[in-house]
Amino acid sequence: MNDDVRKQTGGYIGQSVPRREDRNLLLGQGEFVADIQLPNMVHAAFARSPLPHATIGDVDTEAARAVDGVCFVASGADVCAELPPINGMQVVTPQGWRDRVDTDILIPDQPLVPEDKVRYVGEAFALAVADSRYIAEDALELIEAELIPLPPLAEAETALATGAVLIHEHLGRNVAAFLHTKKGDGAAAMDACPNRLSRRFVHHRYAAMPMETRGVVAEYDGRTDTLTVWSSTQIVHWVRREISTALDMPEERIRCIAPDVGGGFGGKGHVYPEDILVAWLAKKLDRPVKWVEDRHEHILNAAHSRDNIYDVEIGFDDDGRILAVTSSFLVDSGAYTPVGAGIAGNSIAHMLGPYDIPHYETDCKIVLTNRTPNAPYRGAGRPEVGFAMERAVDLVANHLDLDPAKVRFRNMIPADAMPYEVGLTYRDGVPMVYDSGDYPEALNRALDALGGLDDIRARQKTALAEGKYLGLGIGCYVEGTGVGPFEGASVKIDSTGKIMVAAGACPQGQGHETVFAQFAADMWQVPIEDVFVTVADTGQVTQGYGTIASRSTVTASGAIKIASDTVQEKAFAIAANMLEAGETDLEMRDSGIGVKGVPDMHVTWRDIARAAKPGWDNQRPDGVEAGLESTSYYEPPTVTWAYAANVALVWIDPETGQIDIEKYVEVHDAGLLVNPSLADGQVKGGLVQGLGGGLLEELAYDDQGQLLTGSLADYLLPTASDVPPIEVVHMETPSPLNAFGVKGLGEGGAIAPPVVIANAVCDALRPFKAELNSTPVRWGDVANFFDGATA
Amino acid sequence: MTDRTSVTITVNGISLTGLAEPRMLLADFLRDELRLTGTHVGCEHGVCGACTVIVDGVAVRSCLMFAVQADGAEIRTIEGLATDGEMHPLQKLFAKHRALQCGFCTPGMLMTAIDLVDSTDDLTEEDIRVGMSAALCRCTGYEGIVNAVAEYAGKVHGKEGVR
Ligand code: FES
Ligand code: FES
Repeated sequence: MNDDVRKQTGGYIGQSVPRREDRNLLLGQGEFVADIQLPNMVHAAFARSPLPHATIGDVDTEAARAVDGVCFVASGADVCAELPPINGMQVVTPQGWRDRVDTDILIPDQPLVPEDKVRYVGEAFALAVADSRYIAEDALELIEAELIPLPPLAEAETALATGAVLIHEHLGRNVAAFLHTKKGDGAAAMDACPNRLSRRFVHHRYAAMPMETRGVVAEYDGRTDTLTVWSSTQIVHWVRREISTALDMPEERIRCIAPDVGGGFGGKGHVYPEDILVAWLAKKLDRPVKWVEDRHEHILNAAHSRDNIYDVEIGFDDDGRILAVTSSFLVDSGAYTPVGAGIAGNSIAHMLGPYDIPHYETDCKIVLTNRTPNAPYRGAGRPEVGFAMERAVDLVANHLDLDPAKVRFRNMIPADAMPYEVGLTYRDGVPMVYDSGDYPEALNRALDALGGLDDIRARQKTALAEGKYLGLGIGCYVEGTGVGPFEGASVKIDSTGKIMVAAGACPQGQGHETVFAQFAADMWQVPIEDVFVTVADTGQVTQGYGTIASRSTVTASGAIKIASDTVQEKAFAIAANMLEAGETDLEMRDSGIGVKGVPDMHVTWRDIARAAKPGWDNQRPDGVEAGLESTSYYEPPTVTWAYAANVALVWIDPETGQIDIEKYVEVHDAGLLVNPSLADGQVKGGLVQGLGGGLLEELAYDDQGQLLTGSLADYLLPTASDVPPIEVVHMETPSPLNAFGVKGLGEGGAIAPPVVIANAVCDALRPFKAELNSTPVRWGDVANFFDGATA
Repeated sequence: MTDRTSVTITVNGISLTGLAEPRMLLADFLRDELRLTGTHVGCEHGVCGACTVIVDGVAVRSCLMFAVQADGAEIRTIEGLATDGEMHPLQKLFAKHRALQCGFCTPGMLMTAIDLVDSTDDLTEEDIRVGMSAALCRCTGYEGIVNAVAEYAGKVHGKEGVR
């Protein structure tokens, strides 16, 4: 706990305040999109392609229309006649980034329902609306669609092959973007390196898989020409923007709300066709429309993630000092790229991690294939590049017969080098500077939590002598968090004196209402019960960005602070008038403002709010406008850098290859922790997702582009009995970049586990010179190292 | 195809009647007909456990049962746990141990845990982990859930925690 920083802020920041979100959810009174029922509501369902790549011929919807209870059926052609595609550039990269990173970007737009061809298994080609979801699905069965198969681009390398069929003909190529950047002498530095290693690393495809699938409900009011849309999304303001564009309605006439959202993790972090289509249907049919994805549909159609191939070369001296790194990587983006170059941009920026490496060069191809679109999932490019880099560091250690921990200490940026200029440009267009932290200390503490390096190596030796295999896995990372461009918040003092806060953030279980209340209660020096927080509602904040990219604690706290400061400035002027005192003699105390040193001279926020009102008998000084409210925007200067060291001890069963994790430790630093217990929950939840990705979860395609894992019986999520003992240790080095010293932490936990497991298994199997350079780590592959080998 | 029959079930002690097509899932009947939306649907194929309710004393996946099969049954759902606005002890322990984030899995977790603890009086932590693996949580990593259930089991069976 960083008491100095905490003292400045007062009471609630830094405390594990209980969550205000819990009560409703525990009583079964949460409201998720699927729970919304409106009078006269109808239900939409989508016909989805069974083929990965096909030309759409005739789509006959007549029989479907005739079904009793069906009120509307549309083919792709019907939809395209009325609605434009979603702009491929939902997320724009700033000019500053494009100036410093070589880019050649051709992002395809995404038709809401295509009329010409389908491009992945699960892409919609028609829709039906009926009195119930059951009837809507009956209608889909009767749609006769002619789908003429095209050769499938089942994976990135097929799509890149000469003569490959084009997935988006008008682009003229199957590459959505080429990116390239370098630091120092780049690849040219490789020649001078005494030792060089090259390897291919593969990070497979898996996904966010929140327990609540996606869903949208929309209602149109013709009298006022307004639309209300409830979407299970992380970004209500983007959804509003895209609906506004598609339906040609002013944004202010559309209210988008994310009610309780059952997890997102990035998978709900961009606008999907259904967000717009359901809104369109509600307006067109003049009836409330609901669509809730079923799980099979979610697995086929909600964004997938990861799916990268890295070719890496690493150059180093005989002491294990890393001198140069190059990488050339492919991102299998699937049929569309909803967030453009965002994921690859993260990967490029995060490869060097916590290490001081003078030369680096990387290029990337974002490849379009006939797979489900690829969008960020917790970590967003960092687990992928981290797998490649942290495996490579272990290989350097193996090559030189050094301890992987020692090679890391030798290359890490020391605490006294902070702030550290990396020599690259972040995705926000700003030169990267690691703002604060002690990377070696984090690794030291992590190893200590496993008994210390010497002890671990001694245990390993003893185990091996007994024919048992114990391995130490290490994975370190840094993470740019709290990224811009901005967040919005509005703060008002209600006439009751209560503090009303609304933020553009859009939580999915993080506890933002609680955390923002902690911030505001301290800013206003009031009991936390006097703060009311609203999130995820475009009706409350004019412009907002949303909860993605480990950003809301940093960015929303900044916006709440600016709005509060603005309102407080006015409140002080009014209080000075009321108390007939100079503003400099005033202080905030006891839910209001008082004259310093004079206990009786005090007015409450309630008194001030009334005095600030427009109209007769107000008590505002001349020149002070009526009202106590402000909507403000925080534009962070750049990202804050969280980091962590992850270590694990694993046992390998030579018979089966079973991997048994004795203990997993993450030492994590996200600056000042606003609510330590919630922060701890975020990191642990992320870790278990990372373990799932590293060991269990897989979206497997066959060579014909068919997805083989279409249910939760095939796509294996970690259960309570799969989780090993986990310890999370928090360091708290404040960020110098914002008022509270906070950094973001939602994603971090998920970054390292896949490589930690791979490194641990390889470490255990050092006698066999085992290398596992791809995910997921499968027991069968591990067992193979023992076959016919003698240690 | 759409012939609907009358289905009567006793939910949380109250007898309720609604209309259901033969193919209507119990989960949909509870949620859409009886408007008890506390029970959630996460997969509709029997894996995630979010839809777990207690039917005639046994934990059941309401997405794997038709409403008509439940005619005449006694069903307990999350809405029936609290009494007069006072949370059930397990609900309080879930809050205490941070056993929920988004809360989507929570109804199924609570009902699964109640069934587990009621039906076994000698639970180890391992038993709890295995028993609770009947329901999936994507947010928490399960630590809080396991701790909450362990403390609850200890209370119900008059022991300090679990072995
Ligand atoms: S919804 Fe019933 S088990 Fe998933
Ligand atoms: S709390 Fe979100 S799925 Fe369990």
